[in-house]
Amino acid sequence: MKQDIILAGVGGQGILSIAFVMDIAALQKGWQFKQAEVHGMAQRGGAVQSHLRISTETIFSDLIPRGQADMILSVEPLETLRYLNYLNPEGFIISNCVPYTNIPDYPPMEKVLGKIKQYPRVKLLDAPSLARQAGSSLTQNMVMLGAASTELIIEESYLKEGIKQLFKTKGEQIVAMNLKAFDLGRQAALQINQ
Amino acid sequence: MKKEVLLGDEAVALAAYHAGLAAAFSYPGTPASEIMEYLIRLAHTHGDLQASWCVNEKVAYEEALGVSFAGRRALVSMKHVGLNVAADPFINSALTKIMGGLVVAVADDPGMHSSQNEQDSRYYAHFGRIFCFEPSSHQEAYEMTQWAFDLSEKFHIPVMLRLVTRLSHSRSSVLSGPKKESPLLPRGNGPDWTLLPSNARRRFAELLHLQKDLLEESENSPFNKLLLSPSRQRLGIIVAGLGYNYVMENIRHLQEKPSLLKISTYPLPIKLIHELIKASDEILIVEEGYPFIEEKIRGIFGLPETTIKGKLSGDLPLSGELTPDLVREALGFPSLPQEKTKDLQLASRPPQLCPGCPHHDTFMALKEVLQDYQQPTVFSDIGCYTLAALPPIQAIDTCVCMGASVSMAKGGAQAGIFPSVAVIGDSTFTHSGMTSLLDAASAKVNMTVIIVDNAVVAMTGGQPTYATGEKLVKICTGLGVAPEHIRQIIPLPKNKEKNKQVIKEEIDYQGTSVIISTRECIQELKKRAKGR
Repeated sequence: MKQDIILAGVGGQGILSIAFVMDIAALQKGWQFKQAEVHGMAQRGGAVQSHLRISTETIFSDLIPRGQADMILSVEPLETLRYLNYLNPEGFIISNCVPYTNIPDYPPMEKVLGKIKQYPRVKLLDAPSLARQAGSSLTQNMVMLGAASTELIIEESYLKEGIKQLFKTKGEQIVAMNLKAFDLGRQAALQINQ
Repeated sequence: MKKEVLLGDEAVALAAYHAGLAAAFSYPGTPASEIMEYLIRLAHTHGDLQASWCVNEKVAYEEALGVSFAGRRALVSMKHVGLNVAADPFINSALTKIMGGLVVAVADDPGMHSSQNEQDSRYYAHFGRIFCFEPSSHQEAYEMTQWAFDLSEKFHIPVMLRLVTRLSHSRSSVLSGPKKESPLLPRGNGPDWTLLPSNARRRFAELLHLQKDLLEESENSPFNKLLLSPSRQRLGIIVAGLGYNYVMENIRHLQEKPSLLKISTYPLPIKLIHELIKASDEILIVEEGYPFIEEKIRGIFGLPETTIKGKLSGDLPLSGELTPDLVREALGFPSLPQEKTKDLQLASRPPQLCPGCPHHDTFMALKEVLQDYQQPTVFSDIGCYTLAALPPIQAIDTCVCMGASVSMAKGGAQAGIFPSVAVIGDSTFTHSGMTSLLDAASAKVNMTVIIVDNAVVAMTGGQPTYATGEKLVKICTGLGVAPEHIRQIIPLPKNKEKNKQVIKEEIDYQGTSVIISTRECIQELKKRAKGR
């Protein structure tokens, strides 16, 4: 069993936190994982991506081959489109539908969302409003992880344990807020299913 | 034994600590910074090692050398271009008789994710006639680092550990062992460390004599693996570092695999290479970075009976990073089905200065002042402020290497450029700009240096700097800049007109002037506000 996931977004949106939670979850589960990420220059408001691979067997490449990703999990819709060539024809797209427009030539939203909606297995969420409901717009990343959890091979309980570990040094309130964001994202995604 | 989630960089750091490391030194640089970040955290919790950021890589290397002389284990880490700065001690340290194990962890950046070039550090190890170890996984990074300390002490040479971005910045699980006690070995012996020509000749002869032992050790290394195909297929593959992973990704499901030689140590294990070539009609060489192995195997004359495929043959690209897809193509396999996104032109999203960044205000004021001059030139440097090359600021003309802004501004001014302006960060200035300013001020060259002082090494994640504000004023005074032409400004939107006036005055001054533009990095301010 394996799942290859492209995590995408803009520097500062907490992509690496999503990745870290999944890493901890995979470790707890006793599975193999490799997760390549970008640090440094690109983190300053640029496009950020991470390749996350989880498997019950040995993983060789840190990078996912094109056409082999089982999921694109993205906190920004334009960034979702950037990695479509990684997605396998059976793959899922879990994406925020609200743009982060820090560039002058951002394409028209209807075009961006239209392109995403062409795919059969898509879940689009309004992450900022769910995050605000959880208590802070900074929790958009955990909203998206919660939404993705409906299609992940790692159970919800392991992911929540990962969230607790990631945020434990920041206090109980922050942990609770991020867990709530996760739950709201998960519920929203389950409703899309129905 | 413990299993934990670590970055490749962190696996190296933890291994060094477990190997009984006494001290570690570094200068921040992507993708190597997390080695020191992790060691500083370990030093903070355990207190039984020294771990510190230094003013530059040369200083870091020499401090590590002092630790080795004292008979203790030392680690020095840096990004690939950092080794250019530390090249002097690096090459010469190979002639000293290393006592406490000295490991040089260098992280290359193929693909230039966050660098100005993609030079391959294996050439440096070859140049210095020392070992280079190249891990392909986190677990290997952990094990090889420990082994590197042992071999450094066994052969009395520094040992290089070569990392690349995709290992440094990839997370995986690492199984770690117990920590060893920090060994105390004898101190260095004077004549083995005093590289006067008479001593250096002797030491160089000893280093050359040692080469056959290094080769033997490399050939017997457990990290090199030769798997010969029982069915004797036409193709044999030589892989190094992450090349191994990309090949395995593509051949793991094959029933009959081609012969494979995995190289993890340099000097190259010649016997193993011979065996693979004997067993194959065609070889494919997959290595990250320059075609180092391929050049060696081809030599000038090539191999008359074997086809060699790799970067020099064009089967793999000479520049950029390897990927599983590129390797798949080189293996001759069809590509996997994938989506095309041709009908939608995707706007690129380059990195940019953060909202509220002090550099933005400095550049906006500078840009407006320079509009009144015929041919102004802004020589810039390495840091967040290099992003001023991109829209919307577009205010700099050069960025070459650490400290080059000040020296290039001097040379440019002497060749007739006016205004000749250098823009350099506080940390880059103390790293490599101070000596250049001494030169410029001594020659009274007509130029203006703007030190964009945000009191931190910002681009790499907020490491400390050792001179900010008043200390920079004192340094510039000491370097010979006239005190009345060392001006301090605060880059804020409300100060723009005032700051423009200061910049104009100093550009018009016929001599070397310095403007120190001081305001805390906005990211650091946020961190402090959160109480982190």
